[in-house]
Order: sequence, then C-alpha cells, then structure tokens
Amino acid sequence: MPAYAKTVAAAIALWIAGATGQASAQVKVGAVLSITGPASFLGDPEKKTLEIYVDDINAKGGVNGQKLQLVAYDDGADANAARTFATRLVEEDKVVAMVGGTTTGATLAMIPLFEEAQIPFISLAGAIQIIEPVRKWVFKTPHTDKMACEKIFADLKQRNLTTVALISGTDAFGKSMRDQCVAVAPKAGITVAHEEAYGPRDSDMTPQLTNIKAKTGVQAVINPGFGQGPAIVTRNYRQLGITLPFYQSHGVASKQFIDLAGPAADGVRLPAAALLVAEKLPDSDPQKPVVVAYTRTYQQKTGQPISTFGGHAYDGLMIFVEAAKRAGSFDKAKVRDEIEKTKNFIGTGGVVNMSPTDHLGLDLSAFRMLEIKGGDWTLVQ
Amino acid sequence: MPEFLQFAFSGLTVGAVYALVALGFTPIYNASDVINFAQGEFVMLGGMTTVFLGLAGVPLPLAACLAVVVTVAVGLALHRFAIEPARGASAVALIMITIGASIFLRGAAQVVFDKRFHSLPPWIGGDAIRVGGATILPQSLVVLGGAVVIVVLLWAFIERTLIGKAMVATAANELAARLVGIDTRRIVGLSFAISAAIGAVAGILISPITLTSYDVGTLLALKGFAAAMLGGIGSAVGAVVGGLLLGLLEAFAAGYVSSQYKDAVAFLVILIVLLAIPRGLFGRASVERV
Repeated sequence: MPAYAKTVAAAIALWIAGATGQASAQVKVGAVLSITGPASFLGDPEKKTLEIYVDDINAKGGVNGQKLQLVAYDDGADANAARTFATRLVEEDKVVAMVGGTTTGATLAMIPLFEEAQIPFISLAGAIQIIEPVRKWVFKTPHTDKMACEKIFADLKQRNLTTVALISGTDAFGKSMRDQCVAVAPKAGITVAHEEAYGPRDSDMTPQLTNIKAKTGVQAVINPGFGQGPAIVTRNYRQLGITLPFYQSHGVASKQFIDLAGPAADGVRLPAAALLVAEKLPDSDPQKPVVVAYTRTYQQKTGQPISTFGGHAYDGLMIFVEAAKRAGSFDKAKVRDEIEKTKNFIGTGGVVNMSPTDHLGLDLSAFRMLEIKGGDWTLVQ
Repeated sequence: MPEFLQFAFSGLTVGAVYALVALGFTPIYNASDVINFAQGEFVMLGGMTTVFLGLAGVPLPLAACLAVVVTVAVGLALHRFAIEPARGASAVALIMITIGASIFLRGAAQVVFDKRFHSLPPWIGGDAIRVGGATILPQSLVVLGGAVVIVVLLWAFIERTLIGKAMVATAANELAARLVGIDTRRIVGLSFAISAAIGAVAGILISPITLTSYDVGTLLALKGFAAAMLGGIGSAVGAVVGGLLLGLLEAFAAGYVSSQYKDAVAFLVILIVLLAIPRGLFGRASVERV
C-alpha cells in the first residue's frame, strides 16, 4: 500500500499546490500523466523525472529569472480524465506550456484543447499520429515504432538479408509496430515473406515458429511485441533450433527480457534508446554525458532502475526550458516558435532537430542496435 | 510429419497448463456449485510467492511448499471472510463474490509483489527433448505428470475417504448432508483449501513455461474455465481431457489454419461441443451428481 498511498498523497499535494499557488509569481508548467492505473509504469517515472528536474532548475535560479512550478495531475490512464485535467490546466492554472500526456489516447484527447488555447504541448506518448499530420502547437519526444522498424531493416541491409518473417503479438503495441513494419518494408527493400501472430498471454508459440521454420527463403525473423510474449517466443525459437538471425523490438529493451528469456536471448538483436546502455556508449558519443548524468540523478533520487519513459519526460521539459531561454520570455507563441527551431538538442532519446514539418526531430541515430551476448547488451557497430 | 508432431507437442504443453488450472475448479464446484473465478489468482499466488521467496533467499523447494501454504491460507480466508458470511445466497451471488475476490487479490498482489514478469527455473533440465524432428521441454512433461497425480489424488480422496464422501454429499444436498451430521460449512471450507492448493501447485509447475506476474491469473482462469466446461465441470478427468483438447485445438489451429484466429477456432469448437453435449464431455447430470 505505501507506494500507492504516497503517489496519491503526492498527487493531492500537487493539486493543492496548484490551487493555492495562484498568487505567486512562478511560471506554471502543466503535466497530465498516468501516474496510477495500467500505464503507471510509464507515468510514474515521468512524474518523478519532472519533479526532480523542476526542483533542480529552480535551485539553479530558474528560467529567465523566474521559478518554475510543476502542476501535475493524474489521469489514471483515462482519456476522459486527461481532458478534464487539461481544461483545468488551461483555464484555472493558466500554464505556459504542457509536458505530458503519458498515453496516446490521453494525448489525442487533449490536443484540441491546447491547439485552441494556443499553448505549447510536448507529448510523451508513442504513436506517430500525434505529430502526423503536424499540428502547430503539438510536439513529442519518444521515438516511434516506424523508426524501430527502419532501424531493424537498416541492420538487415548491412547483413545483406532481404526476406523476413514477422511473428507479432496481437496487443496494441505488437499490432501497431507490425503495421508500421509492413508499411515501410517495401521502401527499405525488405520483403515480408510470412506472418504469424500470437496472443499477448499465450504460453507456447512453437506452432507459429514451426511454420516460419518450414517456410523457405526466410532469412531473418522479427518479433514486434511487448511484455512476456517475446521472452517465450525467444525460448521457443531456441527450443526449435532455428538459427536465422532473430530481432526483437524496442518494446522489450529492458534487463527483464534477458532475465525472462535466459540463455535463449543470446544472439538476439534489438533497437533501443541510448539511455539503456548509457555506461557502454563510447566516450565520443554526443549523448553519453546526457544519458549518464540522467541515469545517475534518477537512480540516486528515486532508488529505482532507469526507464526510457522518464527520459522522454526529461527531454520534453528540457526542450521547453531551452526554448523559453532562447525566447527570453514565457510568451507562448514565442516559446512555440523556439521549440520548433530546436536544433542539436541532445536528449536521452537522441539528438533532436525539429522543423516546421517535423515536430519529433529524431532520426534513426536515436536508436542503437544492440545484441545480447552472455546475458548482457553489446552495441552492434 | 515433424510439423504435425511439433504442433501436437505444443498442444500438449499448453493443454497441460490449462488442465492443471481447470482441475482447481473441481473441488469447490463439487462441494458448493460455485465456480470460483478467483482460481486464476490462486495459480498466480503459487507462482509469485515461490518467485519472491526464492528472491529472498529461500531454497526453491521450500519456497514452493511455503507458497502452497500461503495460498491455502488465502483460500481459507476467502471462504471464511467472503463466502461464509454470504451463506444461503444463491450460487450466482457467490460467483460474483469470487469475481470480486479475484480483482482484490490481483490488486493486492500488485502492491505486495510488483508489476513485473517473473520466471522460475525449470524443475528438471532445461534442454529440449527431441522426438522425430520435433522438440518438447521436460517441464511440459512435469506439468502433464502433475495433472495426472492430482487427478489420482482427487479421485482417491473423493472415493476412498469419509471426508471425500461427505463432500459429495454436501454438493448433492446440503440440508440432507447436515441432517446426517456432516459439518457442511467445514466441508465447503475444506474444498476452498483443496482448490487453493491445486491452484498453487499449478502456478508453481507452469511458471517456468508461462512466466508469471500479478495479473497472469485472469486469462489462465478463463482458459481453464473453458477447458473445465468442455470436459464437464466438476469432473477431474474431464478437466484434464478438456484442458488437453483445448491446448491441442489451439496449437493445430495456429499451425494449420491461422495463428491470428487460433483462439476463435478453439472457442468455436467448444461452442459446438457444448451445443451438442451441454454438460460437457465427462459432465454428470446435475440432478443426481453423486
């Protein structure tokens, strides 16, 4: 209970702070996050990250001579609640910018409000629909499924492999990434020769893999999926003795996957954010100082292992802060323009170069291709 | 041919998991006509408790035994604090209570344990056994063996012991059972303990294959329940046959038809079977379940 109670207490405290802080001269930054509920593993590190860094920025004198005040609400992964809180941020709290929207659903529900109120909105959710088509006031920091597919395809190209089979989970993540992979495959010169699917809770995928094994011409296998499914697929893959190169997605880029899949994970490749391999990056890597500093700060302040989700929140907050500094004020229109002009911003998710047609600003270098060797990540050069 | 064999092995692996879960429904249903929808949570508790005791440094065999004890305690508490106070309510109302208990246990597990996935090492060797070009993991055979042992023990308990007979009597007619001096409350409580124990053993045996997490029980219970219905709810043999059949259906549907629609194919067959034989393959007529 304590962890949960603490979160609720914190949410209430923030809420009260939001209500009473009206008179102070602080500049308010809004956040609607899924701190509790099914997406709490995303929203919780996001909220902690924002709190840590808003305090940090204020301790260093704030931005443009003013202190920041974080006004965070918990939508419990409910898009309706997110919209209600967004209205409050706009009308009562009068925030100058919004960093948040943990889930794609919540983000899409809140977009019209911020567009209408003309307040910069930096989303932390995954889907490409948030920034395609480009909306004037909406930005996002996390990389997309499409980029993960392209990264895998680029790696395949380097190994001179062109024909792949997909085995994807039928959950939202697996489906979305499967669709993106199939969509970008022709452009990358990759042929998807065979497709299989499995339920997110299935406990044996050998029939699907047997069919892939029997298919002639397949040179590599890709498994878009999330949760425990990919770990079981990996085990079954080795059980059947399939020797084709095997790719997992960024959805399982965590130590937990290696633990669950065990020795079967050896040789598996997957695209992942630099944050996960912070200490392993070469010193020449421009992202290294940023991701190492974030990792240390987060782990020291929270005592919890790092996740890419908190990193997205860090990137969102810093992009806003940098833009406000360049704008020299908190004028919403000026800040928005400066966010759009973000160039060479080095965040945890990659090097961000935004433009009027690209409100994400990441390229494929944001993903690192990793290979699991002896139960640990290694960078594929 | 190796493909066929591999599909069959996959079906047996998954089927054995379903069978073990389905078996857990049997004692409670037999004693009280209640379908315990918290059965999946017993399975989860067995696996998760073992994992966490193991992480705390307890040797795994001991951790497994403790996990069974813990789960039985939860089963007894469920009976004592949720089912017992509602005594006299209809079976449907009691089923609702078990659904509530299931949600509660899942929430509690989220807080007591965590929200991550965990695995247990296989109980015997991890290397796949090769037969005719197909492979099966030794752990699948352990699960299958576990299901057989539980069926035999249940059968011996019901048919060969006085308490077992009392349980059958309670199910047949609670009032009459009480009139001949059977403490029906205690019998129903006992059935919860047995179901919890079976669930815990199931969780411990299947975790190396299915992995486990706080919410693993929901879908397992659903599949286990489908298996139990297919085999005829209340029948231990039916639970095992139903489980294996469901597993094989899914595997062959995934292999030969489409992996996208394998669940649909499996459930379609169940629907057809239940339309033809509403009591399930091994179900006894409810009027004289003796």
